[in-house]
Amino acid sequence: MRFGVVVFPGTWSDRDCGWVIDQVLGAELRYLWHKDRDLQGCDCVILPGGFSHGDYLRTGAIARFSPVMESVAEFAERGGLVWGICNGFQILCEAGLLPGALIRNDALQFRCEWTHLVCERTDTAFTAVVERRQVLRIPISHGEGNYFADPPTLSRLEQHGQVVFRYADEHGFVVPAANPNGSMHNIAGIVNERGNVLGMMPHPERAAELEIGSADGLFLFRSLLDSGVKVLTA
Amino acid sequence: MVDARKLKEVALSRDEYKALVSALSREPNDLELGMVGVLWSEHCSYKTSKALLRRLPSQGHGVLQGPGENAGAVDVGEGWAVVFKVESHNHPSAIEPYQGAATGVGGILRDVIAMGARPVALLDSLRFGPLPASAHHFAGVVAGIAGYGNCIGVPTVAGEVYFEDCYAQNPLVNAMCVGLVRSDRLKRARAEGAGNSLLLVGAQTGRDGIHGASFASLDLDQDVEERRPAVQVGNPFLEKCLLEACMDLVRMPSVVAIQDLGAAGLTSSVAEAVARAGSGAEIDVAKVPRRETAMSPYEVMLSESQERMLIVVARGHEADVQRVFETWDLEAAVIGEVTDDGLLTVREGDEVAASLPIELLTEGAPPRRPESKPRPEQATILSLDFMRREPPDLSRSLKRLLGSPNLGSRRPIFRQYDHMLGAATLVPPGGDAALLRIKGTRRALAMTIDGNGRYCELDPYVGAQIAVAEAARNLTAVGARPLAVTDCLNFGNPDRPEVFWQLEEAVAGIATACRAFGLPVVSGNVSLYNESESGGAVYPTPIIGMVGLLEDYTKRVDAGFKEEGDFVLMIGASGNDLGGSEYLKVVFGQVAGRPPAIDLAAEKAVREFVLAAAQAGLLHSAHDCAEGGMLTAVAECCLLGGLGVRCPELRVEGDLRLDSAFFGESQARFIVSAGSRAMPELQALARRQHVEFELLGNVHGDRIVFEGQVDVDLAELRDAWDRALI
Amino acid sequence: MTGSTWLARVIVTPKPVVNDPQGLTVAQGLRTLGFDEVAEVRVGKYVEIRVTAEHKREARERVEEMCRKLLANHVIEDFRFEVEEAPAPAEVPSG
Repeated sequence: MRFGVVVFPGTWSDRDCGWVIDQVLGAELRYLWHKDRDLQGCDCVILPGGFSHGDYLRTGAIARFSPVMESVAEFAERGGLVWGICNGFQILCEAGLLPGALIRNDALQFRCEWTHLVCERTDTAFTAVVERRQVLRIPISHGEGNYFADPPTLSRLEQHGQVVFRYADEHGFVVPAANPNGSMHNIAGIVNERGNVLGMMPHPERAAELEIGSADGLFLFRSLLDSGVKVLTA
Repeated sequence: MVDARKLKEVALSRDEYKALVSALSREPNDLELGMVGVLWSEHCSYKTSKALLRRLPSQGHGVLQGPGENAGAVDVGEGWAVVFKVESHNHPSAIEPYQGAATGVGGILRDVIAMGARPVALLDSLRFGPLPASAHHFAGVVAGIAGYGNCIGVPTVAGEVYFEDCYAQNPLVNAMCVGLVRSDRLKRARAEGAGNSLLLVGAQTGRDGIHGASFASLDLDQDVEERRPAVQVGNPFLEKCLLEACMDLVRMPSVVAIQDLGAAGLTSSVAEAVARAGSGAEIDVAKVPRRETAMSPYEVMLSESQERMLIVVARGHEADVQRVFETWDLEAAVIGEVTDDGLLTVREGDEVAASLPIELLTEGAPPRRPESKPRPEQATILSLDFMRREPPDLSRSLKRLLGSPNLGSRRPIFRQYDHMLGAATLVPPGGDAALLRIKGTRRALAMTIDGNGRYCELDPYVGAQIAVAEAARNLTAVGARPLAVTDCLNFGNPDRPEVFWQLEEAVAGIATACRAFGLPVVSGNVSLYNESESGGAVYPTPIIGMVGLLEDYTKRVDAGFKEEGDFVLMIGASGNDLGGSEYLKVVFGQVAGRPPAIDLAAEKAVREFVLAAAQAGLLHSAHDCAEGGMLTAVAECCLLGGLGVRCPELRVEGDLRLDSAFFGESQARFIVSAGSRAMPELQALARRQHVEFELLGNVHGDRIVFEGQVDVDLAELRDAWDRALI
Repeated sequence: MTGSTWLARVIVTPKPVVNDPQGLTVAQGLRTLGFDEVAEVRVGKYVEIRVTAEHKREARERVEEMCRKLLANHVIEDFRFEVEEAPAPAEVPSG
């Protein structure tokens, strides 16, 4: 499995993702520059966190027009694995690769804190080694992670089981108090209908070693390495 | 002869002007006058504080770079150097809290980047007037720090904030940055090698931060001031690109030096880089990329536009460097070259606009030695008698203390800061010090920022020593050994004898404590004139930033209690130290008395004990005992660990007041917890090292209990603590 | 490009169905100041664009495309704009 980590100007989780892939897991890593169209044969393309183009105008609004995003869209169209984390999720929504949008946190403030996520889909390449309803401890760090979709879109997401992660309490109960940003239905992460494009606000790459507070994020990286899900090469 | 209005606008005294003319043997032109004015300002020349600052120890084991560069640097082993500095952005933050704080963060980041280091952490020390009146300052500054730090992607991992009347008109915003670099790649901003090129990179130059000097504008119309923005707006996205481009430069041998553009912009940046090398420089302002049209040479030379750097490049390699900046869509213009004539020559095209000796610019400001005298009431403040008052209920006092803005939970602040970016944060904000691992090693850097203006108001010599001692204890409480110091001296107008006296005393205090602890001061900043007509001067507020090293981070400890049944110990001894305490302020509404006594030998002894115990793996937790005293410290361990304590009645002996035993702020104390099996070893260690310790009780349940004295429900206390700042 | 210079004033607002925490907070703030008559506040963005185009109609079409492509996100935002002939270059250029 070769991971590609896209670097936009203003991206800052690229190095953290790279650290997990390269140093923690010993997997193959390529950094993909936003101006390049070549995905270098990667099996999974990660759009990492940060403030691409300063998040000026709207989060992800300018990054989605980068040359690399044309290749990412084609790759996703062919069934390739695309994983947007934080700013990457925002970019995927702007690009129309995932439905909905991420708007300002309801508290109007940036939030950096640990959250608990309950996993509702374990049949995707991203969550194959996660147990159903397993609770993962993974931090968030964003000012605009408040998931919004219009009612028809939202009910379609729910009907098709596209919600992969919801903010929950430590026991896995999806309660309003566990919602850090006002997201509809406590949504923390969703996949497209085909299941090959995942967007999530929390940062699994910051939860990949116990000494920094949690290793639960490794379940996602390991899923991609171990799942045996047939993957398509770019 | 120059007219008085001009001199006032460039902030030069008549005597300074005379010194300038005599050194030049001619009258300066307007541009030269302006350039000398900014470089001879206190901010750039340290003309008032320089002699005092020389008293600080700056050398020591492992120091790779002391004061005089963009930031200090210390060896931390395995080929790594830590680079750090603290700087104030007080006045801009008073005018526009969000942008003032944001650009303060941007500025200190560039200082560290200029050393070739990648910034890995930010810290902040903040002071405001009381809430809710100062909520506007407080909320804006915190949002500005978050806005800049989060966007550029450097975690904000530690800090401190206090609220006092004296800061209502003059809030203090001190930002510190810590970076890492391979020791052999450490850059120094020395513009060496005649013929080498000077490149101005990053943002375009606008009319930012040019004060007064309306005579120097091209158009002598009425709206000159209107065209100069009063508030600078930071662009963290641009600085992120600048940071990454500079990291690429560090690997290029053709890059001779990197220098930040800060106060006094191009003028000071070129002059400083050239002065360090003993060379000269010639620049052409016409080549400076501009954001606005019709800028005069004066405006270009003195602009303080943010997010710019000066790069010195070996002749012939300019294109290599420009290519790097092009990758990041940034400007990189060759604006001049290094010379060997000892002059700073400014041209506009073919015309020479200014020509000044470098040494005159950087060293020529006549030193000032204001009168120094303690104010008359200094003695009476110390002797104010409050000890006859009966102590009120201890449990109620604890709740009031932890529910007060100075001691309440800082979570409402630090959850707005990304403090986990980099996946290195081992001990997050909220404890004594932050601890960050150096990836790829078992080493970790501990960092903290600390000061107590109230102690310094009462006794600046003692208060400054306490600031150093407390910072050192904070690092010790996570298991790290202090390495070096950066300081920021925030004071009022030094032309008032009592303020200059405070400055002298505080510097002496820092020097005394740093010498006793063997800690070099490797960088720092001075911010004077923090006062206003209606608000008076701020408390003398020396702020200590300190960095420490833990060689094996598996030996780290933190403040929260861990296990039911653990023994809770107080290391060190309590005295009648209620002077200047939070207890006295919150419960009795008084700021008075003698600040806690400081015994530097005792400080060292308790720290060595805690370090040895942590190294031996004997401790489950460790916490510095500081503002709010022993009971506050114990309560914080409970709140952070989610566990209560059960203690027998606390016995006080001699003339020790009961409330002083609980809330007094005696120094050289820690609260630690340990399992029963570690107790014999701890006792033996304490005996060997001649350290006093007292068994307070055990970790237990969900209440804080001292039999017959204190009984507080932890959930209730947490509620008050959580709400203190909301 | 030849033609006249036009000034487009674009206003982007959150769609009525989208929760607008900023708007709610501003409304609350106004009420706290005694403006009890405040029924609702929505906070949006205002964008000024100078474009060159032969005709006003052409300018309008281009600006409309800019709004659809970049300036507004149709999932959460509505936009409207007006185009007028731009005055002579500003007295204080800032470009």
